[in-house]
Amino acid sequence: MSILIDKGTKILVQGITGRQGAFHTERMLEYGSRVVGGVTPGKSGSFVCGVPVFDTAREGIERVGADASVIFVPPAAAAEAIFEASEAGIRLCVCVTEGIPASRLARVKRYLSGKPMRLIGPNCPGIITPDACKIGILPGNICLKGHVGVVSRSGTLTYEAISQLTALGVGQSTAVGIGGDSMRGTSFTDALELFDQDPDTKAIVLIGEIGGSEEEQAAEWIKKHPRKPVAAFIGGACAPVGKRMGHAGAIISGGYGTARGKIAALRDAGAAIAETPDQIGAALLRALKRAGIYDECRA
Amino acid sequence: MKIHEYQAKELLLAYGIPIPRQKLAGTIEQAALAAQALGGQCVLKAQAHTGGRGKAGGVRLAESASRAAEIAGELLGKRLVTEQSGPAGYPIEKVLVTARERIESEYYLAVALNDALACPEIICSGEGGTEIEALARERPELIHHIIIPPESGYCEYHGYEAARPLGLSPERKRRLVSILRGMYRLFVEKDCSLVEINPLAAIREDTLAALDAKISFDDNALFLHPELEALRDPSQEDPNEARARETGISYITLDGSIGCLVNGAGLAMATMDMIRSLGARPANFLDVGGSATAEKVASAFTMLLSDPRVKVILVNIFGGITRCDVIAAGIAAAARHTELSIPLVVRLQGAHLAAGQRILSESGLPIIQAREFREAVEKAVTAAGGERL
Repeated sequence: MSILIDKGTKILVQGITGRQGAFHTERMLEYGSRVVGGVTPGKSGSFVCGVPVFDTAREGIERVGADASVIFVPPAAAAEAIFEASEAGIRLCVCVTEGIPASRLARVKRYLSGKPMRLIGPNCPGIITPDACKIGILPGNICLKGHVGVVSRSGTLTYEAISQLTALGVGQSTAVGIGGDSMRGTSFTDALELFDQDPDTKAIVLIGEIGGSEEEQAAEWIKKHPRKPVAAFIGGACAPVGKRMGHAGAIISGGYGTARGKIAALRDAGAAIAETPDQIGAALLRALKRAGIYDECRA
Repeated sequence: MKIHEYQAKELLLAYGIPIPRQKLAGTIEQAALAAQALGGQCVLKAQAHTGGRGKAGGVRLAESASRAAEIAGELLGKRLVTEQSGPAGYPIEKVLVTARERIESEYYLAVALNDALACPEIICSGEGGTEIEALARERPELIHHIIIPPESGYCEYHGYEAARPLGLSPERKRRLVSILRGMYRLFVEKDCSLVEINPLAAIREDTLAALDAKISFDDNALFLHPELEALRDPSQEDPNEARARETGISYITLDGSIGCLVNGAGLAMATMDMIRSLGARPANFLDVGGSATAEKVASAFTMLLSDPRVKVILVNIFGGITRCDVIAAGIAAAARHTELSIPLVVRLQGAHLAAGQRILSESGLPIIQAREFREAVEKAVTAAGGERL
């Protein structure tokens, strides 16, 4: 079991003929993901890595049947691609694209509330269920199949966390990067709920960073749902106020969104805190032992 | 992107929002003339991209044109260091000379994006002025939020809702409604991330005016508004940060001596945290991007090498999609082109690790290799001479 994706997930790649789209289509196919089609307006009839290309997402769904999509189109057209995926009936849309204007993202977010499609991202590395399916750009080779759910705002720090878990012999049920922008389709709390409902996920690693208030909201949620142990790390403890740390969402303004506040909230909610980024795996082990599920989470 | 106060006020004026009469001065003579034109009594305001200017002596009152000239002489060409600016401060190349107004009371007014609700909101307070950030922390109930659904856009009632807690006269309420209409239009039309008036002042004849203003634009939307590029003032940008922006690298200057080169913003932040946890300080935040190319790595590397503050370079790359061998080749090439006169610690992890390590070893460069995150940072801290906090 896993969340959101499994071996049966059929994927449409929006922007498949671009450099990034074509490259990652090949990587996803190598990993065993079922990429069934791609979309690039005006390129219907061509193929990328043996995958048929269509002009629109709806055409792709009608011809090859996909339930998920991943977006690699440039920032100026990415918001449109999300609308297109939703209108075509996609269930899960992963938007890798970074740099979508906030005003457009706001429109996307409001439009999607009440719609059945779940958006992951934008500006995210995607989602992976080890040995079954990956959608996005996460490297599959560092993952190990198992029972720990990983949710993070960052890309490479997620890889760091996953590789620490794998090195400790602790496998992952699903890892999901929810994205570095200040507005997201899927929040920490959304991901926590999904992991909570997944019988195969026994513990959760949460990797947050400065800016916004989603980690605090996640802490509130964890407090109310203490069923599965959580380990957490918050990046950016020494970031200066008012400077955007690479991610559009990673900015401390007016004293809000500090690492200190987020760590305090998560610790208060009972999460095991990794004080430094090399201790993420160790923090999870502490949480597992405390909950008495260390053995069942080891591969 | 940030702009100067004088530019923000000109934009406000273009959107029908009253501002005090103002003139921009780049020299002492211009400041004297400006003061004279405003009747002698005036305010001189250092134009620098930082908050806290008033407390730092960047906002000064003058009673006469000759006094204005003196003050301009003290400000122009200096660097303004404030509570918010960092120790280096910002250069003062222009001084804004404005008419002095008799202020009855001050209010705070802003339009910003509410991320959680994904729509614009008006933020207002009856307690305007320089202490607004402290107020937001200590008495958040005095800061009011009025959500504007994008479907309706700004309506008159939003303005009156904003006016309620401010205790304005009927005439000033009408003026506030119009000011907010202008602010909202500006916010939406130019893809701003913030339109702020602080203070909005109640002045003579039952009117209101924007005495200070701050506007910033959504960096991701600048491609939609090429005209805004003209408002950029390169003198206010750290030269390294400006260079990095041009090459598509995310870079921020910090005050330490360990130069960092990392892929991905999260890992870059975590690397800074790790350095600090070991008692040393990073010279910078640098994210070459989650899927960095050898060229980007090389140009970032060259940038760090040319920074005299950097005593050691720490490379922390998690090769996911980016292969370690490609990164290693980029580092080796850049290090060969530039004289490598400082220690270089490299930690590679992930895809094609062995090939990457081999390239580094065979390069003949004095590279200190590390396998683990902590080990790499420890080696960098030691190589930096054990510099402590």
